[in-house]
Amino acid sequence: MSIASTTQQICFLVLSATTVVGSLGVVLLPNIVYSAFLLGGVFLSVAGLYLLLNASFVAAAQILVYVGAVNVLILFAIMLVNKQETLAAIPGLLVRRLLSGAVCAGLFALLLRVAFTTTWALPGPTPVGEEATIRIGEHLFTDYLLPFELASVLLLMAMIGAIVLARRDVFSTDVITGEPADQGLIEKDRTPLLIEKSAPAPTLLSKP
Amino acid sequence: MSTDLASPIPLEAFLSVAAMLFCVGVWGLINSRNAVRVLMSIELMLNAVNINLMAFSNYLDGQLIRGQVFAIFVITVAAAEAAVGLAILLSLYRNRETVDMERFNLLRW
Repeated sequence: MSIASTTQQICFLVLSATTVVGSLGVVLLPNIVYSAFLLGGVFLSVAGLYLLLNASFVAAAQILVYVGAVNVLILFAIMLVNKQETLAAIPGLLVRRLLSGAVCAGLFALLLRVAFTTTWALPGPTPVGEEATIRIGEHLFTDYLLPFELASVLLLMAMIGAIVLARRDVFSTDVITGEPADQGLIEKDRTPLLIEKSAPAPTLLSKP
Repeated sequence: MSTDLASPIPLEAFLSVAAMLFCVGVWGLINSRNAVRVLMSIELMLNAVNINLMAFSNYLDGQLIRGQVFAIFVITVAAAEAAVGLAILLSLYRNRETVDMERFNLLRW
């Protein structure tokens, strides 16, 4: 990093403050659309922290994958499931929040204690700086080749799985009768397994 | 500009930010009623782990930057997890017509 040290410190303070405040906003804001956009801000600040850590390639990957793909995916999911519903009150919600908050504060204190009491082997080797991308490429094609290939298989499996889980209307033939069956009609015709409905569902499949 | 060997930011500062991010993620994971927010909290926790990996990679493993390679794999797995998680969420919403986590209690003991 060839920036003056004071500039680095100011950048770190700003980025970490944005990260922490943004993550609190993601968790605490009542409107989930604001949460999703704040999550994008958190991802961008984390990418800035990566730049401070001499990792330009991972910062670019973070922006491409998280801000460009994951955050947009979350926004699409919010649009698709956007139903305004009044959540039923739960007994003991405040107690539960306070208890989990205490547990998380304890975890935070523990992590801070570990971070500050461990004697790290500092100063370590000199960081490679701008050669990091070359080193990552060498790692990915020599000693981390098998995880790299497995990651491609994992991404393919995730893609196929997401399509299979999220598709709605599939025209295919019924296994038993051999008649063409519409997946959407089957879902409507079947007695609702999960929804508590008072009226019986209309039978659409019995018609030819 | 001079490239000083000792970084002006201590390693513990990065670890503290990552710990804070992780704890906020855990709190959101436990307390969110909306299923999409639960997925966002998981992303926060994965980012906290990534910050830790990158900090250790820069400060303690500056020549063989293995932490950065691990961070890339974590990003890959996070992308796959987000896609499958949101597909599961869509399927759940189609079946139960809600995203309230308290009503997904089919497996409750």
